[in-house]
Amino acid sequence: MSNQTERLTGWRLFIATVIARAYPRVIGQQRDISWMFFDVIMPLGSVAAYVFVYRALKAPEEYIGFVVVGGAMTAFWLNVLWSMSSQLYWEKETGNLALYIIAPNSMMAILLGMALGGMLATTLRALVIMVVGSWMFGVTYQVASFFQLFSIFMLCMTALYGMGMMSASLFLLLSREAWHVANLAQEPIYLASGFYFPIKNFPFWVAAAASIIPLTLGLDGMRQLVFPSGPALGFMDVRTEIAILLALCVVFLTAARYLLAYMEKLAVREGRLTESRR
Amino acid sequence: MQKSTFARSFLTATWLGWQIESNWTDPFLFAVYSIVKPIASAAILVVMYGIITKGAFGDPLFPYMYLGNVFYMYVGAVMTGVSWSVLDDREHYKTLKYIYVAPVNIPMYLLGRGVSRFITGSIAVFITITAGVLFLNVPLDVTKANWLLFFPTLLVGVIMLAMMGLVIAGITLTTVRHEGFAGEAVAGLLYIFSGAIFPLDVLPAFLRPIGLAMPTTYWLELLRRSLVGGVAQAFPTLAGFSNLELFGILLALTILFSFIGINTFRYFDHKARERGMIDRTSNY
Repeated sequence: MSNQTERLTGWRLFIATVIARAYPRVIGQQRDISWMFFDVIMPLGSVAAYVFVYRALKAPEEYIGFVVVGGAMTAFWLNVLWSMSSQLYWEKETGNLALYIIAPNSMMAILLGMALGGMLATTLRALVIMVVGSWMFGVTYQVASFFQLFSIFMLCMTALYGMGMMSASLFLLLSREAWHVANLAQEPIYLASGFYFPIKNFPFWVAAAASIIPLTLGLDGMRQLVFPSGPALGFMDVRTEIAILLALCVVFLTAARYLLAYMEKLAVREGRLTESRR
Repeated sequence: MQKSTFARSFLTATWLGWQIESNWTDPFLFAVYSIVKPIASAAILVVMYGIITKGAFGDPLFPYMYLGNVFYMYVGAVMTGVSWSVLDDREHYKTLKYIYVAPVNIPMYLLGRGVSRFITGSIAVFITITAGVLFLNVPLDVTKANWLLFFPTLLVGVIMLAMMGLVIAGITLTTVRHEGFAGEAVAGLLYIFSGAIFPLDVLPAFLRPIGLAMPTTYWLELLRRSLVGGVAQAFPTLAGFSNLELFGILLALTILFSFIGINTFRYFDHKARERGMIDRTSNY
């Protein structure tokens, strides 16, 4: 046993921690599959509602596609928000957080494990919205560059989860307000990041400020790459967006590493890791 | 005087729910947190509408959509308020089993827990409507609004939503924490079938009957009619119905959903007790 503990250091320990935290989520999802109905099928309803709003307004057809793509991406935002960032608050309340801190592992690995563990539901939700939504509403895609599309999606996800880890550090300090903070970051982000409309319609500086959220540029770039009229409605050139997302990845991941370490120390010092203000 | 178990359960739960919802911060911050989310949700629609119509906020479709969306806030708030309490008490505070062994009427307790969300939802509704009137030309004249229609409709609608919330609360008793947002998920699905933000005629013909079977359709129509009268009545879906007829349908459907809500809750409650799920936690 001691040999095994010795072996698990560095990146091996990191990977083992990721798997260990992802494991209960993956297994839990198989034990009770009712989440598929509530988390995968039902969200189609809100996406469809926005599609019908555009239909009622007689909007150009590409807007229907914009809604479907945006609706699919909400899954990732919700995963970051509820299954990663605010999850630390829940872990604190249930007593697991202190155990995470005691164990000789990386907090980033735990957060990554949470995210990856929830990825099954997240990806399924995104895929169902994309596939069923596209089929139901006759959305067609014309990919301008698969390489750029893959790059922008991966960079967007990396930066997004980096941001999630960074914000998770704040949740180490928060108590009951954590729930409300997470709640507050849901619809306003749908609005600011243009989940259901092109961000170009905002004044430049508003759109630029919203671009700090990786999904804003990720969505804008993807729409430009998969819809023929996308570039005309895009906020910036796709290459510029890729460069900015790359920069956001570096900034958020670095900041997450330092902030998590700092906040953990602060939380330990102030005795917040086990507090439960009910 | 000794209160009945029904009243005591409801009132205590209302007080408890309000404390849980509001005492984590000061009243100002609480108010800000309570209204930002619904206002952002309304703003999404306003932006979508503005982009496509190039800012034609004078069109009758806009108040239809705006008011429908505003009152729809109650749907998510009340249904989630009632159903989320199950998870909150069972998995977070771990008090559900103690509540079950106390002399408490559980459905009334859960309905009481939903009241706080109704109150915060009402604040958001009021502020969003005021913003619509002041900045977006929503043609609401308080002196001409039909308040005698508005308040009874609102009351019946909230009871109907609470009963729908009870259905979800029952189901939640037998599910794990994955479905933390079951109330919002159901509200999301009903969004398309309630004519909240577009007339039901926009739906494909085979989906319209679902919309017509939903009490929320009639509830929203009546609320719109009571506030902006003719503007709301101009849309063809329910134009053939008088206010009284619509109210009758709403009342009948509310009674039906109350029956369904109570019996569904009883069924799942029994199932949860039988399977030992009342104190289950799922820390995934």
